[in-house]
Amino acid sequence: MNSSAGNRETRNMLLNIGPSHPAMHGVIRLITELEGETVVDVEAEIGYLHRAFEKSCENSSWTQAIPYTDRLNYVSPLINNFGYCAAVEKLLGIQITERCSYIRVIMSEVSRITDHLTCIAASAMELGAMTAFLYLMKAREYLYEIIEDVTGARLTISYGRIGGVKGDLPEGLGAKLESALQKTEREIREVNLLLTRNRIFVDRTRDVGVLTRENAVSFSITGPLARASGINYDVRKAFPYFAYDRVDFDVPLGERGDNYDRYLVRMEEMTQSIRIIRQCLKDMPDGPVHMGAGGNVMNSFDLVDQAKLGQTAGLVNVVSTVEPTLEGMERPYHKRIMPDDRRVALPNKADTYGNIEGLMNHFKIIMDSHGIRPPKGDTYFAVEAANGELGFYVASDGKDRPYRVRVRPPCFFGMAGLHTMLEGYMVADIVATFGSINMIAGELDR
Amino acid sequence: MENLPSEGPGFLTSQLEAMVGWARKYSIFVYPFVTACCGMEYMSAASGHYDMDRFGAGLPRFSPRQADVLLVVGTVSHKIAPILRRVYDQMCEPKWVVAFGVCTCTGGFYDNYSTVQGIDTILPVDIYIPGCPPRPEAVLDGLIKLQAKIQNQRHPLVRES
Repeated sequence: MNSSAGNRETRNMLLNIGPSHPAMHGVIRLITELEGETVVDVEAEIGYLHRAFEKSCENSSWTQAIPYTDRLNYVSPLINNFGYCAAVEKLLGIQITERCSYIRVIMSEVSRITDHLTCIAASAMELGAMTAFLYLMKAREYLYEIIEDVTGARLTISYGRIGGVKGDLPEGLGAKLESALQKTEREIREVNLLLTRNRIFVDRTRDVGVLTRENAVSFSITGPLARASGINYDVRKAFPYFAYDRVDFDVPLGERGDNYDRYLVRMEEMTQSIRIIRQCLKDMPDGPVHMGAGGNVMNSFDLVDQAKLGQTAGLVNVVSTVEPTLEGMERPYHKRIMPDDRRVALPNKADTYGNIEGLMNHFKIIMDSHGIRPPKGDTYFAVEAANGELGFYVASDGKDRPYRVRVRPPCFFGMAGLHTMLEGYMVADIVATFGSINMIAGELDR
Repeated sequence: MENLPSEGPGFLTSQLEAMVGWARKYSIFVYPFVTACCGMEYMSAASGHYDMDRFGAGLPRFSPRQADVLLVVGTVSHKIAPILRRVYDQMCEPKWVVAFGVCTCTGGFYDNYSTVQGIDTILPVDIYIPGCPPRPEAVLDGLIKLQAKIQNQRHPLVRES
């Protein structure tokens, strides 16, 4: 019993953080080993949101897999949609229309802004900046309204189609989008004033959670996380897809790779995204919104009735009205956004209901065990998602169902390198660093 | 004296219960058990634009001990299910559970090996809000329905054995 102060034994403490924890946006468990307040070791346990994405895709047709991709990174579902569709298009060897590639760029960038807004909002809130959270959520709401206008849904949109998109952009979108962008810019400026030079925020984030350049490369981390560490890699620049080679934008880079740099990179990327959207609206063929439909407009039920009676003369030039969820799919718009390829493109609704060829084409694509059948083979296609390189590896055995759909989720690699960003810092820094990685459980666990 | 009812709630007790119900329905402290996509719509519903605070449910409590309503937001997999049950068990009575989104109601389109097919298989649910994810308006509608339920149920101040 000779307990002198000199030989007191100290032991490290094991602390579980998560899986249900207010500062863990998403479900993940961090098993931390602490020496006093300092983090010695971190192990991340994942898999709490495993939803069998890959297996579900194998059990559905190529088109039915699209809604599953929405829910991978549910903060920017449009990018996932387009990534998957582009991978299948590559397998099929389809060229999407010029206008469609611009639509995809616009919607991807809108999604990227919502993702960055959410990431900054959540991580700022976890550091106590509730006001910034509310401002950024307000900005996100303006963009959700735009997304709803275009796709019909706020979040899980399923807007991509193999070969194109669901429908053309709605009327008056250009002005609405511009106004939403201006309002978003205003909120971003506000948050810039609130956070960027805020002493508390800078103290909590500057030189905290440093990801070195070497670690970023060795853990194959991409996206804002790697760019904050000074790695100049952006899929949009390195392997341009859609219309990214025709727009002018900068890739912001950080120097130190700490939380503050990640914040700055995300803020700047939002500005660049707005720049891209403005260019696309200006440059896209046929203008920013669909122009007057032209031709004879007729109610769809009248059209069907006439067709049933055999009075088909002249019907081929008729534009039928459709219910709001199908807007943008009428005949004149359809050919601007979908390739003229009967293997993959659903016919426009006027044809589906108006003539037997359209009806059969529709059925051949929709019916079980008919459907889209890419040739045997496999391919990989990557897009720049909000968190980094989002890749889809799709394999086909020539049937109407994917043989394999494998995702390269960008934040999986960030989680692999997480311990290098946490070890040596304090417990309180875990929250700040974890927030800046923007882990999305949906794409992490799939 | 013989004509008075000897059991059942009296006037005062029932009025007191109505008052307790009224007080409880406007001071809902939610525990958001956020797992997946629905969390985005929860954030929208909770922040300025839709403002759940108007209904007295604005303040989330991240300790189950302090919460009245367990808001299960997003897909519940078999791996997280025991944790959800544990959070529920830690909450004090009176407590209510809201299934937010179709995954928590029925499993949604995740009909597979990893997903719990509706959280009512593991805990009692008061209100189901369907949608994948539900719009913020639907969330507020569900919240109003929960308030009605809280108002109309009995709130015995003394535990009946």
